[in-house]
Amino acid sequence: MARYLVRRLLISIPTLLGISVIIFGVLALAPGDPLSQFANNPEVPEEVRQRVRDSLGLSEPMPVRYVKWLGQLLQGDMGFSFATRSSVTELIFQRLPNTLAVVGVAYFIGVAVAIPLGVFTAAKRYSIFDHLATTVAFVGFSVPSFFTGLIFIIIFAVQLRWFPFIYDSTIVVRDLGSLFQQVKQSVMPIAVLTFFYAATLMRYVRAEMLEHLPQDYARTARSKGLRESAVVRRHVLRNSLIPVITLVALGLPNVFTGAVITESIFSVPGIGQLLILSIVNADTPVVMAVTFSFAVLVVFFNLVADVLYAAADPRIRYS
Amino acid sequence: MRTLEHRSLRGDAWRQFRRHRLALVGVGALSLIAFATVLGPFLYTVPTDGIDFKKALQGPSFAHPFGTDQLGRDLLARSLYGGRVSTAVGVSAVLVAMTVGTLVGSLAGFFGRADGPLMRLTDMFISLPGLPLLLLVISLFRDSLRQLLGPVGGIFLLIVLLVGLLNWMGVARLVRGTFLSLKERDFVLAARAVGVGDLTIITRHILPNALGPVIVAATIGVGAAIITESSLSFLGLGFPPDEPTWGRLLFEAQGFIDTAPHYAIFPGLLISITVLSVNYIGDGLRDALDPRRSA
Repeated sequence: MARYLVRRLLISIPTLLGISVIIFGVLALAPGDPLSQFANNPEVPEEVRQRVRDSLGLSEPMPVRYVKWLGQLLQGDMGFSFATRSSVTELIFQRLPNTLAVVGVAYFIGVAVAIPLGVFTAAKRYSIFDHLATTVAFVGFSVPSFFTGLIFIIIFAVQLRWFPFIYDSTIVVRDLGSLFQQVKQSVMPIAVLTFFYAATLMRYVRAEMLEHLPQDYARTARSKGLRESAVVRRHVLRNSLIPVITLVALGLPNVFTGAVITESIFSVPGIGQLLILSIVNADTPVVMAVTFSFAVLVVFFNLVADVLYAAADPRIRYS
Repeated sequence: MRTLEHRSLRGDAWRQFRRHRLALVGVGALSLIAFATVLGPFLYTVPTDGIDFKKALQGPSFAHPFGTDQLGRDLLARSLYGGRVSTAVGVSAVLVAMTVGTLVGSLAGFFGRADGPLMRLTDMFISLPGLPLLLLVISLFRDSLRQLLGPVGGIFLLIVLLVGLLNWMGVARLVRGTFLSLKERDFVLAARAVGVGDLTIITRHILPNALGPVIVAATIGVGAAIITESSLSFLGLGFPPDEPTWGRLLFEAQGFIDTAPHYAIFPGLLISITVLSVNYIGDGLRDALDPRRSA
């Protein structure tokens, strides 16, 4: 297992390098000057502009710039934001807790809802409940999350006035009252993500269960006199959950991407909203750093998924 | 004397597909939307850019079935027109993805030497952060392509190529799997024995076997591509403001959601119904084209 882990870690390195080349290449090949605002300013003389370019290393050849950028990245230095002049690393860590809170809670509730639902609907296939749940899940994974979000706002914020319209990022949790306010404004963004994620996962769980229910080992368990509930819980569920473990880990990056959209609908000050703001402001260092952070997340959870899979299934032996 | 009923493969698939009721509903709904967006603007001739401030943000009425936007423009006309762009992007992007995926998958599956590098490339593309990268590339290249190909053509090409190039990996894996399992079979050896070339073996003998799963993947891919395009427009980074795609309409409706909910609801419903129909059709096709499932 330890050897497999090391090998798997080593495989992720070229993947991350490849991704960094792509992201860097896209930016380097992009038309336009990263200092365009600065360059269009007539008060800045040509020689000063050239000196700024030199100091930023922009006049060096592309491979040299790439290696320098990568070296800084490895030291955790992601440069400075054009817009706010603060360190990009700082900016990201300022906003990361908000994203992690929303995504984490949504993810946890999603798994907690989807697995029992998937198991139950598969066990009671073709029942009214099964039809109802699978239809809701189908809608949940087909309807784009920005529309679900807007519908939630129309119903729960505008019509019913249960939840605030817009996320107030200035709330500091000091007492019960402010905690309640914080929870209240987080309900809708979390609900949108949960709905989408639970719907996707539940379909997988159900499909896995349906694959396993008619298999020989389940029939053996039934024929030795076990009750159906025991067959499902003790035998089928365990086997069906092995591929689901991978999906739970693999789905996490998708939830982060979903957070880009939910954060922008509800104006939650997380890294997704940071990404959109920086793109609108042409704040290249921030855009690059956030995109690369998303890539690291994807690669990391791919790794987690593979390792969990190997750990959960004794039939899989990696050497 | 009883004559034997002729049963073709395609007939069997259709028979199976008809049993999936929701897939049939999907076909109906999608045909209706396709008909409305393609022919609608000819039948419903209210202009998409008829600005009339006196009529701004009106709810649905007989004169304006979907209501009006903040400039008093008719939302039904804009939604019908926007549907063209959204569905065209979805279908074209999937065509790009299918082409790349089939090419990579065939090469990797047929030529053993190409398998390793190509599959490593596929794995790397799977790890790319889709939406952020899409946003990044569009924001960087939008302006220069706009100058080159005009405001709509440039962004259309950019979105189609990008969405296609970020979504071919599933198809590549499917096609590669088919090639790996079939390329040593007797019918391929037989074809080779009579002197058929590599290209013909690939396109005529092996590739048709992958058609079923690829069609299913393509169908579901169209839904995903429509959502991606709408998401981009919804974030304000897709088509320009004067090009009313469904996502763009929702982006603008956001600001008036408390006073004019109809503005968001109609385009949103159109996106949702389209994607839902496409996904149900995909579901039905999966049942129909998978011989293991047919009863």
